[in-house]
Amino acid sequence: MIIIHPLLGPRDSSEFIYKGDAALINRPDWQASDALDQFIDYGYLRDNPAGLHRELWYHEQGDRSWLVVTRDTTTHEITQVELARDVARRQGRST
Amino acid sequence: MTNSNRLSGGQIDRTKPLNFQFDGKSFQGYQGDTLASALLANGVRLMGRSFKYHRPRGPMTAGSEEPNAIVELRTGAAQEPNTRATTAELFDGLVAKSQNRWPSLAFDAMAINDRLSNFLTAGFYYKTFMWPAAFWEKVYEPIIRKAAGLGTLSHDPDPDCYDKGFLHCDILVIGAGPAGLIAARTAARAGAQVILADEDFRMGGRLNAETFGIGDLGAPDWAAQQVAELASLPNVRLMTRTTVMGAYDHGIYGLVERITDHLPQSPAVKPRQILWRVYSKRAILAAGATERPIVFENNDRPGIMLAGSLRTYANRWAVTPAHQVAVFTNNDDGHRTAIDLITRGVTATVIDTRMDAKSLGDYETLAGGVVSDTAGRLGLTSVQVTLANGAQRSLSVGALGVSGGWNPNVHLTCHQRGRPAWDDRIHAFAPAGTLPAGMSVAGAANGVFGTHDALQSGHAAAIEAAASLGFAPQSIDIPDTRDAPVNLTPFWHVAGAKRAWVDQQNDVTAKDIKLAHQENFASVEHLKRYTTLGMATDQGKTSNIAGLAIMAEVAGKSIPEVGTTMFRPPYTPVALGALAGRSRDQDFRPTRKTPSHRWASEQGAVFVEVGLWLRAQYFPKPGETHWRQSVDREVLQTRKSVGICDVTTLGKIDVQGRDAAEFLNKIYANGFAKLPVGKTRYGLMLREDGIAMDDGTAARFADDHFVVTTTTANAVSVYRHMEFVRQCLCPDMDVHLISTTEAWAQYSVAGPNARKLLQKIVDPEFDISNDAFPYMACGDITVCGGLRARLFRISFSGELAYEIAVPTRYGDALIRRLLDAGQEFDAVVYGTEALGVMRIEKGHAAGNELNGTTTALNLGMGRMVSTKKDSIGATLSTRDGLNDPNALKLVGLRPVDRTKPVPAGSHIMTKGDPVDAAHDQGYVTSACYSPNLGHHIALAFVKSGDTRLGEVVRLVSPLTGVDHDVEIVSAHFIDPEGDRLRA
Amino acid sequence: MAYSGFRILREALRGHRGWGPAWRDAAPKDHYDYVIIGGGGHGLATAYYLASVYKQSRIAVVEKGWIGGGNVGRNTTIIRSNYLLEGNEPFYEFSLKLWEGLEQDLNYNAMVSQRGILNLVHTDAQRDAFIRRGNAMILNGADAEFMSTEQIVAKYPFLNVNNARFPIKGGLAQHRGGTVRHDAVAWGYARAADRLGVDIIQNCQVTGLRIENGTCLGVDTTRGFIGATKVASCVAGSSSRIMQMAGMRLPIESHVLQAFVSEGLKPILPGVITFGAGHFYCSQSDKGGLVFGGDIDGYNSYAQRGNLPVIEDVCEGGMAIFPNLGRARLLRSWGGIMDMSMDGSPIIDRTHIDGLYFNGGWCYGGFKATPASGYAYAHLLATDTPHHTATAYRLDRFRTGHMIDEKGMGNQPNLH
Repeated sequence: MIIIHPLLGPRDSSEFIYKGDAALINRPDWQASDALDQFIDYGYLRDNPAGLHRELWYHEQGDRSWLVVTRDTTTHEITQVELARDVARRQGRST
Repeated sequence: MTNSNRLSGGQIDRTKPLNFQFDGKSFQGYQGDTLASALLANGVRLMGRSFKYHRPRGPMTAGSEEPNAIVELRTGAAQEPNTRATTAELFDGLVAKSQNRWPSLAFDAMAINDRLSNFLTAGFYYKTFMWPAAFWEKVYEPIIRKAAGLGTLSHDPDPDCYDKGFLHCDILVIGAGPAGLIAARTAARAGAQVILADEDFRMGGRLNAETFGIGDLGAPDWAAQQVAELASLPNVRLMTRTTVMGAYDHGIYGLVERITDHLPQSPAVKPRQILWRVYSKRAILAAGATERPIVFENNDRPGIMLAGSLRTYANRWAVTPAHQVAVFTNNDDGHRTAIDLITRGVTATVIDTRMDAKSLGDYETLAGGVVSDTAGRLGLTSVQVTLANGAQRSLSVGALGVSGGWNPNVHLTCHQRGRPAWDDRIHAFAPAGTLPAGMSVAGAANGVFGTHDALQSGHAAAIEAAASLGFAPQSIDIPDTRDAPVNLTPFWHVAGAKRAWVDQQNDVTAKDIKLAHQENFASVEHLKRYTTLGMATDQGKTSNIAGLAIMAEVAGKSIPEVGTTMFRPPYTPVALGALAGRSRDQDFRPTRKTPSHRWASEQGAVFVEVGLWLRAQYFPKPGETHWRQSVDREVLQTRKSVGICDVTTLGKIDVQGRDAAEFLNKIYANGFAKLPVGKTRYGLMLREDGIAMDDGTAARFADDHFVVTTTTANAVSVYRHMEFVRQCLCPDMDVHLISTTEAWAQYSVAGPNARKLLQKIVDPEFDISNDAFPYMACGDITVCGGLRARLFRISFSGELAYEIAVPTRYGDALIRRLLDAGQEFDAVVYGTEALGVMRIEKGHAAGNELNGTTTALNLGMGRMVSTKKDSIGATLSTRDGLNDPNALKLVGLRPVDRTKPVPAGSHIMTKGDPVDAAHDQGYVTSACYSPNLGHHIALAFVKSGDTRLGEVVRLVSPLTGVDHDVEIVSAHFIDPEGDRLRA
Repeated sequence: MAYSGFRILREALRGHRGWGPAWRDAAPKDHYDYVIIGGGGHGLATAYYLASVYKQSRIAVVEKGWIGGGNVGRNTTIIRSNYLLEGNEPFYEFSLKLWEGLEQDLNYNAMVSQRGILNLVHTDAQRDAFIRRGNAMILNGADAEFMSTEQIVAKYPFLNVNNARFPIKGGLAQHRGGTVRHDAVAWGYARAADRLGVDIIQNCQVTGLRIENGTCLGVDTTRGFIGATKVASCVAGSSSRIMQMAGMRLPIESHVLQAFVSEGLKPILPGVITFGAGHFYCSQSDKGGLVFGGDIDGYNSYAQRGNLPVIEDVCEGGMAIFPNLGRARLLRSWGGIMDMSMDGSPIIDRTHIDGLYFNGGWCYGGFKATPASGYAYAHLLATDTPHHTATAYRLDRFRTGHMIDEKGMGNQPNLH
């Protein structure tokens, strides 16, 4: 596969390490009243869709960016690649 | 009988005769021959035996779709089993052997299976060999295995090397037949970077086998002219002998280029084959079509081949298997074979299933006839024809060409699970809409069979592809061609009572397909798996459709209703060596060496693999005959005076920024916010699931600067994890990370004299006295007169110890200087073994304890997990299952009988309990002989171990024959109060 | 119609006219006691043991395509019970014992071949871990032997011991491990279940789970609604897709695992061997093909195909231990979709919905588990209590912190 890195352009996917669902960005608040329940869902449950999947890839053999790649799990077609940091900020993790 | 079957003409170089051997007999062929064409020229039709019935077989095709003529090529370590004689280029001195026969090809004892075929029907083995149960492995299976298999693989290492390469192009054209050649030319003229790949050693595809003209030239000459023009273009890369093995995601194709397979010997500097990973923006599949047979009784005798292949042998290689031949066809293309053969002086008769068939030349045509049987044990002698009126006629022929039509080579269109669709116009499966992204299909591969149409199709595909990439392609003239349409009337199978082969290599007959249907193995995949149809080394290139047709016949369905089968990569079989490339032997993976490696080698160190690193394991001295002697000496001398160890492989991560302390608070379970500058702290990192991930130290060099160390094994994964936390979880923390593992050479200096030794090299302005530089201190210093260095007062051994780091390029110099300075203290160097012994004596956890299933609680560090802050893993570590009161706890073990070992991997049982899994109390993680204590010791995880100190338990290792008593003790065997390391 | 050598002789003389269908093509009925979703090895085994051991009836297996078309139809055929952890080892040993009697039980020769499996060891730490594992196996009543390098070389004389990047320091052998003709497992269970009255319904895709008031009433399919007292999902690889119909998210990701077979070769590999310093395991089939595999591609996928880097990685592993493999040829590669679970271990459990049961999360170890998985699932379905070898395979184990993590890789499925 080829991942079009937003900073570096097209790169072979073998330069990257895969982590999983980009929902892993949404780490729960440890002080929430149901923090344990939230962490269990966060840590263990996955949508695992057959279709579009937003997922985390790490450019280990490159610039060490974490990326959020939008890829169809039935065709492997990639439609969007973003810096995970930008996504995290957008999702309110700046605080 | 040298070249008795050689005709005139052909694309062989008669000035270059080549000598070769087959089954020990010497023959001669010419440059340009394949092994099959050369053998046929010499009157040899019998080249192999089938898989199951060991039927005599000759070539059925003239290409890579060959099921029958497969041989062992070359000898010794270079022997290649299952090599297609039809594609193996002849070279001088070639040696080949027939395979899967004993004692000889002409007399094969295993042909008894052929006599027993009535009992050996499809799937017979599923129904028997069940009694007595023990007989399967002992009796039946060995016999079956011995009889099965095809060629023999050498036990010797492959003597050749292989390589890998990467190529980028705008347009990859697959196949250099008429469509591919013109597509490549069109695309290249438009300015695109083009790769044209073809599996053959001569580009031209089908054109090399035909006699009709294109424009003013004969077909092969036209092809040669196109190739010459392409070769002159700088933006075209022509790759002959190159098979496109697979179509992968995002326009990536795997290509295997055979560099030296056609040479008598590989030149030492050249790889045998290269696996190319081609990144293409577009691809044009112009892989042509494969002829398909008609199935009839005894259709597998040597001399029976596809009609187009018979024509190929005659036209390209000037060879005929016999001088009297027949052609059995359902289309006009079969007649073309007859005409070309007659032109070359061979006598031919055509049997045509079509009632209205007419001769297109000077030969007899038996319209409406079918071949109903054949004769000839080791080679065809006659065919039995059932005429249209039902009468029988026997023809004495030595070869029969069969044509049931042509199937587009859709294989690469299926590699991403696209399914071809049935095309009624050509009575074959053709590529449908489900192509790999970026691929288009042209020519016969797309079901466009006429040469002129194929040229137009290739041209159009190239125009479209080039335009899609922003080029401005121009049309080029399509020359006239004079090949005729094939006018096919489908005919698949001549019904009869005897066996008719569908899959020749695997010996699947029409009867087997009927039996599969009768037993409800009716879905295509069941049919394939039950009968093994299409599972042979040719992946059913010539057999699948006939199998489907017969299944359709018995099921009363149409072929597309029965289904289609998937073609999977690779297109043709690929040598494992090519896929592995240079990653073999010592080069299987990179070797990482520390800066002191050369020095350690000089010292006679024995090295050990630690991940990709090589580390010194121990340093034997003259007179030491056992590794334990060396290790004991290194340990004792370190604890007595001072020892030096290379710890460069530990991961080092520089953490800088205003929020560095906050960041470490996040990744470590214990707190770091209040760590003063100039101090180091042990840190335990958890995974988010609350399990211990890694441990190490973090040293604070400034408010906004920490140096984190990790274990050797986890250096990469911890860094990755920290970047995840930084970028994904805390995107706006002011913190930056860089791995500096390779930037610093680091040595541990441990033992009572460590300070004295270091004081000799640390520049005098730095006070490293116990007061000025106490336990867990850290700081920037200079050594040896101005070389910048970092000093950490940390101890893995339990001794007064330091770790000193200098820029990597000074690592070699520093270890030499340390040893010089240590001479007066009798300093030793110690390796990973002594390091391990000392950390076990001290009760420090390492990789064997941090095994991915242990918690802080298990490790005796439960209280380190802070509940006052948010850190990775803290929340999930509170789950009940990880806080069982009976949880495993890290303890020490010592043998009751002090002479006994306490080997790692042993399990622990409570005295008096049965020895079984239900009573398992834990296991030994790390063990060693402690030269300080004079007996073996171990670390272990024991249920509630921390409350069982002093208990004598039973140590068992039924695997290795251990069963004796050990006592549970504190894991801190040496200096439990820690006086030494604070000294 | 019982299969036997005698019957083959008789049929051969009668033109094989007497062989009937191995299983009937059943049409769906309105209602069953049990509807098992998924006609793979596990689903068919479940149906068989429900009918044979637990004496249940009115059982249907619904399959969206053709039976045995999932992972039982594409795997590397290995059976073994060389597990470490208490939650796993008794279950896999139970499975191995069922394999040992399978052919007589089913009257179908699935070619269970106990050729032995050998895990090579390359480091001291690995040796310690394997000794611990071998002991756990023996303590659970399984067999294990630690073989020296010399013993291993005697069996595999072409092993790279002289020029290996990672030297071989012995290996853990389980001689009762081996291989099975994988398709025959599906067919054997199908035939045996069919003979006990189980309806096997092919080309019948489940499109919805009908759930009312917290109770599962049956399945909507492409062939209409089929009512059921108990609905049992058994579709590893597609588990998330089915359970999503019940609104459930699972501790599972779907990943592609490629497998490979070489051209047929005369016997060269006596048993199953696994490389311990790279991703490669290999055996040789009775037909002569080297059947091998390695790591998963590592990204979520339902595409049933993989990519070049993993193919190359696997062949590199092969060449690293067997440098004579260079001239053997890869014939075919394929990809199957695995239910990769969060701890690498499976799930056989009830769900929070009455009448809906779940079996999945087999990672790439499902084939060897086929008999025990079917048996334990049948036990659960028939008795509503877990089979004693499968008590740890609970859906809520991640909530309670009772993970069964053989490899110690944590909650990241692609590392198991």
